[in-house]
Amino acid sequence: MSMIQLNGIDRVFQLGDSEVHALRQINLGIDAGEYVAVMGPSGSGKSTLLNLLGLLDRPDAGHYLLEGQDATTLTAEDQARIRSERIGFVFQSFHLVPRLTAGENIALPLMLAGIPPAERNRRVASALRDFGLEDRAHHRPDQLSGGQRQRVAIARATVMHPAVILADEPTGNLDRATGEEVMELLEALNASGVTLIVVTHDQLLGARAARRLTMLDGAIVGDERKHG
Amino acid sequence: MRVADTLLFARRAASGTPLRTGLLVLAMSIGVAAVIVLTALGDGARRYVIEEFSAIGSNLLIVLPGRSETGGLNPANLVTTTPRDLTAEDAASLIQIKGVRKVAPVVVGSSEISVGGKLREVMLVGTSSDFLEVRRLQLAQGRFLPPNDVGLGSNVAVIGSVIRDELFGSASPLGKPIRVGDRRFRVIGVLSAGGRGMGMTTDELIIVPTATALAMFDTNTLFRILIEGGNRDELESLESRVKKTLIERHDGEEDFTLITQDAVLQTFDKILRVLTLGVAGIAAISLAVAGILVMNVMLVSVTQRTGEIGLLKALGATAPTIRNVFLVEAAMLSLLGAIIGVAFGEAGAAALRQFYPAFPAYPPIWAVVAGVGTALGTGLLFGVMPARKAALLDPVQALSKR
Repeated sequence: MSMIQLNGIDRVFQLGDSEVHALRQINLGIDAGEYVAVMGPSGSGKSTLLNLLGLLDRPDAGHYLLEGQDATTLTAEDQARIRSERIGFVFQSFHLVPRLTAGENIALPLMLAGIPPAERNRRVASALRDFGLEDRAHHRPDQLSGGQRQRVAIARATVMHPAVILADEPTGNLDRATGEEVMELLEALNASGVTLIVVTHDQLLGARAARRLTMLDGAIVGDERKHG
Repeated sequence: MRVADTLLFARRAASGTPLRTGLLVLAMSIGVAAVIVLTALGDGARRYVIEEFSAIGSNLLIVLPGRSETGGLNPANLVTTTPRDLTAEDAASLIQIKGVRKVAPVVVGSSEISVGGKLREVMLVGTSSDFLEVRRLQLAQGRFLPPNDVGLGSNVAVIGSVIRDELFGSASPLGKPIRVGDRRFRVIGVLSAGGRGMGMTTDELIIVPTATALAMFDTNTLFRILIEGGNRDELESLESRVKKTLIERHDGEEDFTLITQDAVLQTFDKILRVLTLGVAGIAAISLAVAGILVMNVMLVSVTQRTGEIGLLKALGATAPTIRNVFLVEAAMLSLLGAIIGVAFGEAGAAALRQFYPAFPAYPPIWAVVAGVGTALGTGLLFGVMPARKAALLDPVQALSKR
């Protein structure tokens, strides 16, 4: 059974008088451990799809089964718990809290989940070590380079050991060399078994993924798998 | 989220914007300080008045001529005759009553005093030798009025210290002649400086025997009779005996008013307490204003931190968690403001006491508690709306902003 199963998902936004169909009749299955790139031009609905997969948004029609559980009927509290425990987000603009240090930013999901400080410190220390950020633990985001910021964000996304990582244009604000490093980090996580879903309009980036979904006007128009 | 983490997170959020936080705390502290200083003034006034009255003894009974009705204008009052004078003989008769220790009749009027060409307006009190003890006064020089001089009317006078300084300078006034109105007096004593009570200072008084004063003002009626009883517990029975005696002397009519020190004191106490409460209420308005400021600042904070709120939701924060973080921040700022306000207020009250030592400007404890409580209450109350707004933010929109 698929880890992620979307059946007949619709998402409609009301913009003034007109209705915008951001997602139309999406049917999609993603297995655990897959590496999926979602491609498509701006406004094709890829970010909406990602938000939906991350339980930040609800569909207007259809069902979303996450690990066999119907996520569309869950309460807000249960959805928050699933976001906390099963899903990691990586954003284009990093979304680090500017007043907190790198270490504190990484500790945020642990803190929100109510994990005791001792356990928290242990896990943050090991995350800092894994991502080569030990000497940056007490730096605030404005004292870090773009690549370091995204490494902090990825460390934060993985510190709860999620089953799936959702990355929205993770290299969009980075130069090519730094972007390459960040993608290697994400791919290494995928290699360790974490499902990785990357939204991008960068063809080169998309080409790295084992499976490529192409979206246009809210519908999935292409689903290619790399062979070998 | 653990309570300690919520507190820490809110504290970091508040200290992340020092200017905004500082101004908010300042506004709150001014509100609390206003409550404390103003109630200190109000309560200080109450204590001041009570101390003034205590200065003339708490076992005191005061007789006033005329009947003072508390029920407004009574038609019966129009029919009855004008009240009889309260005479020096009335006062003399009271000393026979069991339980009466001292009786001091008081006649008050203004006159002119002249010494060697120097002229001055002066307050003249005619009384007996008991006045000194009934009013707890001290002599600086010489002696007080001679006893047993009710009807004699000798021309001796005791003067206040200011009068002495102005008219005699550094020379001793004892035995010197003075002219008051069209009479000549001999100065026999000087009162110590700083005597107070019943709203006037004794420093600018001149005191002469009762009969002399009555003759000078060409009157028969006394302004007051001060009666000192044995002790406070017997004051009530003493009051009824005094009343009975005076009614007998006044042909069965109660045309005088008897008040006890306690009654006057309680009335003033009540009035000034209400006044203090009123002043505290007015000061509390500034706290409400500070509360609205809390709301304003927190709303701005929610707008500025929209991206952060979206992130927290993406990281698994529930709506109640977000709400608590913002509520705790509002409460923290209010509490900090309240604590600083208490310090400001106490310092202000201490400064008042420093400048006016006679005025006991201590803020009452209830005012401190109420000030801090109101600050916290308004902070929380006005923090609810911004916190709710933050909790209800749509995470997708919140994340896309920034």
